[in-house]
Formats: sequence, C-alpha cells, structure tokens
Amino acid sequence: MAPITADASCKRGRRMMDRAVWRARLRRAARSRWTYVLIAIVAVMYITAALHTPWIGDFSDWVINRVPPISYLILAYAVPIALAAMCGIMCERSGVTNIGIEGMILTSAFVGFLAGAYLDPILGTPGAAIAAILFAILASMLLSALHAWLSISVKADQIISGTVIIILAYGGTAFFNQLLVSTTGLHGTKILPKFQVPHDIANLPVIGWIINAIFNQGPIAMSLVFIVILLHVLLFRSRWGLRTRAVGEHPKAADTVGIDVYFVRYRNVILGGIFAGLAGAFLTLEQFNSFQDQMTGGVGFIGLAAMIFGRWKPIGALLGALLFGAAQAMQIAARIPSSAPGGPLGAFIATVDPQIFGMIPYIITIVVLAGVVGRAIPPKADGIPYDKEARA
Amino acid sequence: MPDATPSGLTIDTTKVPGIGTGGGRRGLLVTTILAIVLGLLLGAVLIVISEVMSGRGFDLAVPFKAYQALIEGSLKDARAIGSTLNIATPLILSGLAVTFGFRAGLFNIGGNGQFLMGAFFAAIVGAAPIFQGPLHMVLAILAGLLGGMLWGFIPGILKAWRGAHEVVTTIMLNYVAYLLLNELASRVFRDPTATFAKTRDVTADAQLPILIEGTRLHAGILVALLTAFLVWFLLFKTALGFEIRTVGINAFAARYAGMKAAFIAVLTMSLSGGLAGLGGAVENLGVTKGYPAEYIVNYGFDGIAVALLGRSHPFGVVGAAVLFGALRAGAGSMQRATGIPIDIITIVQAFIILFVAAEPVLRRAVPWLRSRRTPAASAAGA
Repeated sequence: MAPITADASCKRGRRMMDRAVWRARLRRAARSRWTYVLIAIVAVMYITAALHTPWIGDFSDWVINRVPPISYLILAYAVPIALAAMCGIMCERSGVTNIGIEGMILTSAFVGFLAGAYLDPILGTPGAAIAAILFAILASMLLSALHAWLSISVKADQIISGTVIIILAYGGTAFFNQLLVSTTGLHGTKILPKFQVPHDIANLPVIGWIINAIFNQGPIAMSLVFIVILLHVLLFRSRWGLRTRAVGEHPKAADTVGIDVYFVRYRNVILGGIFAGLAGAFLTLEQFNSFQDQMTGGVGFIGLAAMIFGRWKPIGALLGALLFGAAQAMQIAARIPSSAPGGPLGAFIATVDPQIFGMIPYIITIVVLAGVVGRAIPPKADGIPYDKEARA
Repeated sequence: MPDATPSGLTIDTTKVPGIGTGGGRRGLLVTTILAIVLGLLLGAVLIVISEVMSGRGFDLAVPFKAYQALIEGSLKDARAIGSTLNIATPLILSGLAVTFGFRAGLFNIGGNGQFLMGAFFAAIVGAAPIFQGPLHMVLAILAGLLGGMLWGFIPGILKAWRGAHEVVTTIMLNYVAYLLLNELASRVFRDPTATFAKTRDVTADAQLPILIEGTRLHAGILVALLTAFLVWFLLFKTALGFEIRTVGINAFAARYAGMKAAFIAVLTMSLSGGLAGLGGAVENLGVTKGYPAEYIVNYGFDGIAVALLGRSHPFGVVGAAVLFGALRAGAGSMQRATGIPIDIITIVQAFIILFVAAEPVLRRAVPWLRSRRTPAASAAGA
C-alpha cells in the first residue's frame, strides 16, 4: 500500500518540472538586484583589501586572507553543533521536541571513550575507534528510545522527558567517569587521524581553502557535509521525508491516509539518535582523546539553536552551525596575531574580550526566533503527543 | 506547536506538568512516594553493579551502608541539618520559579541564567559601601529579585509579543547571562585585590545572618519559606493567581473569559525569573559572598526536578527541595564511608523524576492505584 507516491508514469514529468523550476529560479536569481549587491560587496572587499583602507579594508583583508587558513577550525567547531541539529530535525520534523540531545551527546561521548579505551588492546588503533563509534551510536539510540517511549507512548511532557535524559546523562557520566576513569587513570584510544589534503590542491586559488576546510578533517567531520545534504534530499524528496513532515505537521491527516503516526515518530526519534551518537563520538574519538565531566558545554542546545536558525532544514541548520562555529573559532582567532585582523580594526578587537563574540550566536538565535529578521515557524504538531482516540 | 493568535500569543491547551493524571491528592502522594522509593531502589541496584565493576565484589550490604552514611551525613546533628537546609534554600526558590511557570502553562528552563543575574545583582549591591545596616541586606536581596525578573521579562515579552517559544529563548539567555556576567565580573567589576577573577566581597551588613551558632545555617531558608508561602497565597488565594492557573489549564477559555493571556504570560515569566533570581541573591549573600567569574551552577534543571517532584505545588516544592538537599548534604559522607562517587545522587534524582514523568505507567502497573481514577479532581490542582 502506497498512499502518497508519484506513480512511475508521473516521474518523468515531475523531473521535467523540477528542471524547469530550477531554470526559472536561476533566471530570477540572475535578474535579482541581490546578485548585483553581492557582486558589489565582493568587489568592494577585494579593492579595499588591496588598498589597505582602515576598518573596512582590515575586515576585507581578514576575511579574504587570514580566515581561510583557520577555516578548518570553523568546521571542527561546527561538527557537533550540526550533528545535534540533524538529530533535532529528525525528531521535530516528525513532531517530537527533543531537548535531551545534550545528554545524548554527553553519554555517547563517554561510552565512545570507554569502549575505545577497553577495546584498544584487543582491536588495535583504528579498529578500536571504529568499534567505539558504533558503541557511542548505540548508547545514544538507547537514550533516544527512552525519550521516544516517554513522549510517544506515555505521552509525558516532552520537555520533561528531555530534562530527565539530561540529568541522567550528567549524573551517569560523572559517576562512571569517577569510578572507572579518574581513579584508574584509564587512557583513551588514539584519536582518528586527519586526512591531509595534498599541497597542490590546498593551495588552489579561490576554492583551495574550501577544499582544505572540508577535507583537512577526521572521518566524522569530513562526512558531515555529505550527511547534511543526504538528509536534506531525503527529507524533501523521498517518501520517508514526506511521511515524516506529514506526521509533524498534521498527524491526524497522516493517520487518516494510513500512515502509522506512532511508528514514524518512534523510527525518527531513534534514528535521530545516530547523529547525536556521532556528535559524541566526534568529541572523544576525533577531537580529543579524553573525557571531562560536562565536556559537551551546551553543544546540544546550540544545535537546537542552529536548527531553528536554519528553519528546520538540514542545509540551513548546517549554515547556522557554521555561523556558531565561526563565532567560537573567532574567540581563538582573535588571540593569534597571524589570524586576527590588522590595522585599527585589529586594535579594537584586541580590546574586546573574546567572550563577547561567544554571545553573538545566542543573541542571533533569539532575534531569529522572535521573528525580527524573518520568522522561524516550527512544524505545527511539534511537541504535541498524538492521541489516536482524541477528537479533532 | 500551537497556533499563533492575532495578538501573537501562542495558545496551547496543555496540562500543568507534574500535577498528575488523576487520583486526587491522595493518589498524588502515593505515586510521589512510590517514585522516590523506586528511585532510591534503582540507585541501590546501581551501587551494587558499580561495586562489581570496580572489582570490590558482589555485596548486597553496601547500598544499606551507603544510604545509612547518607542519612547520617544529612541529619546527624545540627551542623548536618544546617547544611541540608542551606543546600535546600536555592533549590526551593529555583523550584518555585519553575512551578510558577508551570502553573501558567509556561516552561521556564532559564532558571540558570536568572539565578546568575540575581546572584550578580545582589553581589554588586551587597558590595557597594553606600548603605548601612539591615537595609543594605534587604536592598541586595531586592536587587537580586530585580535581576532575575529582568532576565525572565525578556522571554516573557518575546512570547507575548512575537510568539517565540520560551523554552528556546530561555536556554539561549542562560548562555548570554553566563558569558555577559563572566565578562563583567572579570573586567568591569573585578575586585583588584583578589587573586582570581571575582567581584568585591559582600560587606558584612549585607550578608545573611547565621541563624544558629555552630552551624552554617543562614537566614536564606526563612526567605525561601516565606516566598513559598507568598507564592502559594498568590496562586491559590488571589484573583490574579486564579487567572494565572486558568491560563495554564486552558488559555482559550481564559481568553474567552476576558483574561489578558499575553499580560499574564509576561507577568508570570517575570515573576518566575524573579524567584530564580531571589535564589541567586540568597545563595550569594549567604554562601558565596561575591560573584566569581566562570560561576557554573545547575539550578535550571535542578529547579525543574524539584518542581516536578513537588508536583507543581509550592509546599510540595519545599518538601522536594529539602529531600534533594538532604541527599546532597549527605553525599560527601557517603563517599567517604563507602567510596561511591557523590554523583550517584544526581542519578537517583533523575530516576525519581523519570518515575514522576512516567506516572501513567506507574498507575497502570500498580493495581490499587488503578481503581482510583478521578481525572476531574486533578485538573483543579490543590
């Protein structure tokens, strides 16, 4: 039974329509004044950078010449945020709010660390890390299953269910960390190696630094961009995506046409746990090879902010995560002379505490949520338990 | 997510979290005690497992020893009881903040940021040498209240004016408060004589007095109990409280009855923030006595846990906070006696609210709770 699918004879027509739509979009983009504005901004930036104009020129010079070498840092900071956002999108698009992502990431970071440490003598260096990633994902999926059960079957308040998971994760990881790691001096497995981009490619003009930013990473960070694009396409172009969105927007209607609302929600919440698990594995198997209590430092919440910033769309959320990652990278960049802006702008930034940059993402999120700059509207049934027997 | 009304206020007909799914007041008490017992039981199971994992062998007596040390550490003498009540004080106020929001159908998860704002405002006013005597203390407490209210007002007005969901805005404001106050405490208001970054010490006349000689119990507990009574009075004995609770149970009905739901949302969030800020003020004037940079606390989630276990009732919150305070006060002596990490307390806390959240399952599983279903009784609350 396939309630909402295009049948085969329609598919060719749909493809043609898609192509026509894209052509029209491109034409419109070419005629739009925003294109000219963008070209003008880029031109002004290059000219001012070349002329060393104070302030504007400093900024342009900074963006064009000094940010690219540290761009990999931006992506590295964005990885756990973006993966948390993907977990949030999986849940919220099907109508389940999940604020427990922070706890899931923390738990999987710890389980990944522990599995890596114990398996290292048995499986050797890369093998242990790969097995540890799987354990991390499994741990996160178990917590997701708890959240799914509480919010879908028990119909408990979903914020409370998330709170339970966060407190459980804070307590559980700290407890076992002290019991098994701090007191025994257990060492983690070696971190996953970074891929080295060949110099010729990394030094290409214009696109070289983008390639370097994406590929000068460990395996999880490197796959991030592909995961996001895949999820975006699946969410908006597949049967699974259509059903997910239907259940998240209007579960009663979805139920009426034969979609099992409970099943779709369970599946999405539990599969969403994979992304939180990857985020946790990234922290203790790819970025650092140690575990500290509450080491996530709120990436799960920032991920939710990135999700809202991206209007519950994977690619938008990735851009949000990159913005947040950039704000974090800037705190570091401002301290390193070679990557901080020069001239009067640099002198000014040196007087500002780097923490001020850290506040920017949160304030932007509040502004976006308040709809001052374009409104963010969540899926309509987000956070409301579905009751099959309830009227209207 | 519910529909946005023309005024921009989102209206949802959700129930108040924590007040249960039926069974009346007696049913609530029974399920609450059951949740606590089950939480402690699961904690005991975890203790046994952790003993095996750390290679000390299988021993069923360890949980008893641990809980005995826990009780001794929190109730043994006046000193122990004093520290239990001291820890319970900010928990009561954070729990009241969450409860107050719950009653109006609002989820204030920003207790942390509001607590920090309250602590900072109180620390600044408390350290200012411009006032003398008890007036200084009162002004410092009020400053804390004001700081928290400010940080609660922002999500409230954003909710009423733009329909921005308070859960996300309050989480974001937690981080803004932490970073902003960190900056202020380590640069603008930094005490030049201190070895590490903090604001100047609160002067002696602004500090909360010690209640009993030989203990550390400060007057904050009296402030917390008085506040609990006032919150109860406001919620259940005044017209405004009736409006707040009506908006919480059914915002649609409240609007049709002519209540200003948007105004109630702003007021409730501000007062809720104020309660959390009061917690920060009392903790700062009684214990910390100066705002340190990188001040990390967890009163946002602790407040939620306390409010849930207290069943969204001011007096229940006091009981729940004292219970959690006792668990924490005794955790140290438990660790010394048995070597079990103090974080077991956090896990037990999580288990307890897990069982409170899964109350419908509890009701189905326990036969003698099943027959007593009177859903109408619980809707009215206390």
